[in-house]
Amino acid sequence: MSAAWVTVVLVGLATFAIKAAGPLLLAGRRLPDRLQGALDHLAPALLAALVATEALGSQGRLALDPRLLGLGAAAVALALRAPTLLVLVVAAGTTGLARALL
Amino acid sequence: MPTSQAPPRPGYRDGARAAAPLAVADLAFGTSFGVLAHGAGFGNAAAVVMSATTFAGSAQFAATSVLATGGGVAAAVTAALLLNLRYLPIGLSTAAALSGPRWRTALTAQLVVDESWALAQRQGGRIDRSVLLGAGLTLYVSWLAGTAAGVVAGAFVGDPARLGLDAAFPALFLALLVPQLRSRSRLLAAAGGAAVALALTPVASPGVPLLAATVACLFGAGARRPA
Repeated sequence: MSAAWVTVVLVGLATFAIKAAGPLLLAGRRLPDRLQGALDHLAPALLAALVATEALGSQGRLALDPRLLGLGAAAVALALRAPTLLVLVVAAGTTGLARALL
Repeated sequence: MPTSQAPPRPGYRDGARAAAPLAVADLAFGTSFGVLAHGAGFGNAAAVVMSATTFAGSAQFAATSVLATGGGVAAAVTAALLLNLRYLPIGLSTAAALSGPRWRTALTAQLVVDESWALAQRQGGRIDRSVLLGAGLTLYVSWLAGTAAGVVAGAFVGDPARLGLDAAFPALFLALLVPQLRSRSRLLAAAGGAAVALALTPVASPGVPLLAATVACLFGAGARRPA
């Protein structure tokens, strides 16, 4: 088997197990209140981390590039209560335009 | 809170609709994954099978580029694992939404990716099952179709970053983050998550910053006053 296939199989099996582990282990059980309280805050913590890393992270470094302009434009669109689709188009359009011009 | 006046429950179709703009971006990035995998010595089948069985873009890109640069299988698998370990805490948060027979739970859990999980967030950390699965399936199909197009069309395809499509992801996460910031404890969790991720990005392996950021939910919970 080639290195590519070995990687495909191992990563596939491991990802299946990781994704299934949480819901299977917890099936039908209530978490202790403290842990549940923490999980209730998982969304803001991870979403903010995703915003930060997807806008500023680049192959293990922090990089200022047109993605940040796109994110800024998206923030303005959000403040003006634009629908989500428009927010995404504004972000991509601003970033693409900046890349073409800069 | 009483739920007597709850709005109509969203269905699978609402999840699919919410995911549609991202499906376009996923199609483009799936295509570039197919191109990258092709160049890294993956046969067409291996690239498509990886998208079908792993369905986690960042882990697939990482494993493939490690192989392409001669890093070896062990390094490639480790890189993918680090990137996917955040699905352990994410999986705990989806447990109530994915309850059912064990085989069905294990299969539906595979449709959980950052984007579908984020779109399915409801008040108080609850997850909407229909939105999660509708969005997940939509993204899965476009990711798979994009990968297939990439291995076939290969070098004819341009870089999605030229169109700015990479900026759609932080914009979506921002759009989904804003309604989450309703209380001081949630603001703290968000600030902590972003700070931890940014601080670790230059020094830790890819994947570790996001994994460590999940721990920031403890800051928020610790700051919450009993009602």
